[in-house]
Amino acid sequence: MPDYLPAAFFELSPAEWTAILLSLRIAIVATLVSLPFGIVTAYALARCQFPGKTLVNGVVHLPLVLPPVVTGFVLLMLLGRKGVFGPSLAEIGIVFSFRWTGAAVACAVMGFPLMVRAMRLSFEAIDRRLDMASQTLGANRIWTFLLVNLPLAAPGIIVGAILAFAKALGEFGATITFVSNIPGETQTISAAIYSYTQVPGGDESAMRLTIVAVIIAFSALTASEIIQWRAHKRLGRAE
Amino acid sequence: MIEVDVRLRLGSFSLEVAFANGAGVTALFGQSGSGKSLTLGIVAGLMKPDAGYVRLDGEALVDVARNVFVPVSRRRVGLVFQDSNLFPHLSVKQNLLYGRWFAPRGERRIDFDAVVETLGIGQLISRSPTRLSGGERQRVAIGRALLSCPRLLLLDEPLAALDMQRKLEILPLIERVRDEFDVPIVYVSHAVEEVARLASRVVVIDGGQVKFVGDPADAFNRLANSPAMSRFDRSSVLTASVDDASAKYGLTKLRHPSGIIWIEGSPGQAGGAARVIVKATDVVLSLLPPQEISARSVLWGRVANIQFEGPIATIEIELKEDGPLLATITRGALEDLSLKEGSHVYALFKTAALDERSIGVANA
Repeated sequence: MPDYLPAAFFELSPAEWTAILLSLRIAIVATLVSLPFGIVTAYALARCQFPGKTLVNGVVHLPLVLPPVVTGFVLLMLLGRKGVFGPSLAEIGIVFSFRWTGAAVACAVMGFPLMVRAMRLSFEAIDRRLDMASQTLGANRIWTFLLVNLPLAAPGIIVGAILAFAKALGEFGATITFVSNIPGETQTISAAIYSYTQVPGGDESAMRLTIVAVIIAFSALTASEIIQWRAHKRLGRAE
Repeated sequence: MIEVDVRLRLGSFSLEVAFANGAGVTALFGQSGSGKSLTLGIVAGLMKPDAGYVRLDGEALVDVARNVFVPVSRRRVGLVFQDSNLFPHLSVKQNLLYGRWFAPRGERRIDFDAVVETLGIGQLISRSPTRLSGGERQRVAIGRALLSCPRLLLLDEPLAALDMQRKLEILPLIERVRDEFDVPIVYVSHAVEEVARLASRVVVIDGGQVKFVGDPADAFNRLANSPAMSRFDRSSVLTASVDDASAKYGLTKLRHPSGIIWIEGSPGQAGGAARVIVKATDVVLSLLPPQEISARSVLWGRVANIQFEGPIATIEIELKEDGPLLATITRGALEDLSLKEGSHVYALFKTAALDERSIGVANA
């Protein structure tokens, strides 16, 4: 090991640990909470015809194309302390502004289009005749969804969840706009790296967090590759 | 019993069919694009008709006038598709039991072991459907539909995607299903041999219209000169009695009022009736009693009708106590033999040309 990189370089400071664990918590909560909505939206977009489908599709994909700061600002206007829904939510005890829950909301919104896209593709790839077969065998649409569509789309659903998780870990613009950058509450890995680069002598911490971010992101991508590969193998590709 | 009387317009195609089934197998016969699969889709509930009704055992499944539409999942109508559409994420056993789980408890009258035994799929039970051959998949698909204990079984060209060997393997299984389980079957096909062998009733559909409903022999004899049949499909259905089922080499002699027919295999007890489907293109005509010739099935009859189609002539030969036999020959041969309506001829065909699909036990 070169002497300009002492062993201590790899030891994470308590502040850095806080940012990492907070990031993981926010990303996990954001992914799990948006998962059911993502599945239902993806299935509806893939298989159902309903009025306003194009509009729903557009709204879902908006965070993908809008500048993240804009998304964060919209969230602030809707759910912030003085936002449209903020005060009434506060009355029933739900407060998002400057809380980690608000960061989770921002991450969920930003990850949602990625999640829905992956899931929608895997629902669309299921042969519709399997739905028909299931229904002629007596399963109604809900049972058919649970017993045929959901298991067959499972690889895509997991991949979608992983993509959303990875996006949540890296989310910066919307989060910092909506819930600011408060250490221990809303300061995720990305926000922490940004803060460290703004102070003298913070480069080392920024570097360590960068390595952690790369490791997490790479693990998530590898996991998604493995899941897809195994699903292909299990289903033998051709029916 | 199923009663269908529906109309549906899809773009420029208009479907207008009415028929009812009887016991056993009712075949919907027609060329591709004639609307027979569409009709099946309406019966199963995958399509909504514009007008009309479908009734099953007196209960309306669809009745446009009364605004009745029973969803697919509540019709209890089993459907087997051309490609088996097994669930790839479930094992063969789970596939077989899928529909059973949804059948009302009191109506699970079809026994799992009996179906597995009849279809010969016992050794496949624990496998994944992705590891099965086409023929095996189709057998499992038939079992899966049967085990949902349907009130009616619809088979939509179940053999069309299979090669000849597999067809010959599965056809007798469908016969066994017909005979062993008390489920009425509607069988969609454009293969004359399959329909003639399985069906007790044929509904001929052409261009979205029902052209004929009745006995298979009548249906094919009547269809003989219709443009709906290519000359390679033209066939005659003959009924003959088994003379000696224990003949040499596994050949069986059948006695027909107009002559002798030799077939391969044994279609049942001596004295029983057998159905033989003879393609018009397999028939040779002779003015003299045939001698020193390998074709040994010979029927004697009178030329009743001659139809021309370019250089080809289709000749209808009247037989005793049976429908006519069709023969297609060239106009040159017709002229050389100077055949006219009223001439008597010997009609010969090769036993080797009759595949297993063309021989069945007549259940009438």
